[in-house]
Amino acid sequence: MINDQRVLIIVPAMNEAASIADVVGEIRGELPGTDILVVDDGSTDDTARIACDAGAKVLRLPYNLGVGGAMRLGYRYAKVHDYEAAVQVDADGQHDPRYVPKLIDALQDASLVIGARFAGEGDYQVGGPRRWAMAALAFVLSKMAKERLTDTTSGFRACDRALIELFAEWYPVEYLGDTVEVVVRVIRLGYQVKQVPVAMRQRFSGMPSKSPAKALIYLSRAFFSLVLAITRR
Amino acid sequence: MRLTVLTAITAVILLAVIAELLRRRQLREKYTVLWMAVGLTVVVLGFFPSLLNHLSRAVGVASGASLVLFLGVVFLLLVCIHLSWEASRLEEKTRTLAEEVALIKAHLAEREREPVE
Repeated sequence: MINDQRVLIIVPAMNEAASIADVVGEIRGELPGTDILVVDDGSTDDTARIACDAGAKVLRLPYNLGVGGAMRLGYRYAKVHDYEAAVQVDADGQHDPRYVPKLIDALQDASLVIGARFAGEGDYQVGGPRRWAMAALAFVLSKMAKERLTDTTSGFRACDRALIELFAEWYPVEYLGDTVEVVVRVIRLGYQVKQVPVAMRQRFSGMPSKSPAKALIYLSRAFFSLVLAITRR
Repeated sequence: MRLTVLTAITAVILLAVIAELLRRRQLREKYTVLWMAVGLTVVVLGFFPSLLNHLSRAVGVASGASLVLFLGVVFLLLVCIHLSWEASRLEEKTRTLAEEVALIKAHLAEREREPVE
């Protein structure tokens, strides 16, 4: 219970055996009494067992679907079990669970709350084409939402019951669809989107990609995904 | 004359393959009409290649071969697009099934953990 609301923390995880125990343990420490659902997205390692031992509920997908696939399953679970709010937290330790209550607070005047990295807190940095892509996305989506959004690709987000019901039926599985397209559709349907500044941390495991070629591909995919999302009904 | 023999034999083999696949229920019925139509067209043109020249002259294409190539490429492109579309739909369906499986497995595991009275 956070703010008298039944909150489900959804952690999509694929081959995160190295960090999942710490992530689950930290969430339980910071937010006692909150339910944690780890969606194991077709891992080939011990992620599911470790998460279960750490005290999380675990759903295991029989094969890899991608973050969007794992999240839709999480939202379906949240819908079936009558949760009033759901928060996505990544399994690599980037997201600090101490910000979860802030996100939930912000749900009072928005349906979707994004934990944003460049909004003043922390020192998260990216450069080059990836930065331009993020800036362009942020610009377009801010215009659409009539609300300042600086980090639309952040996976650290909370949503209320109405959106849990929407996401249980519809959650894109394409790359960037789970972040960009979701925001576009949610705005279009007339829901309020808001951001809350958060500090991101170094991942417990894994490294972000730094190659310029990959960043360029990211830029074009982000653009493509945005155009598709905007032209869709 | 030898060309006609070649095209006729090809057409008959093609039609036989389609018929056999249908008979063994290896092709879904919704594809039946499409492939039977393709097979019959090929048979007719295979036995009477001169028909093609009349047809191509009628639509303003210089040679029958060009018309066949053009229509063939268009047809194959449409088939490819259709198959991509089918594959996308199937992926969406398997995704839903995968989610159901995960939910059912978790539900079963929870029930097993409950103490038996």
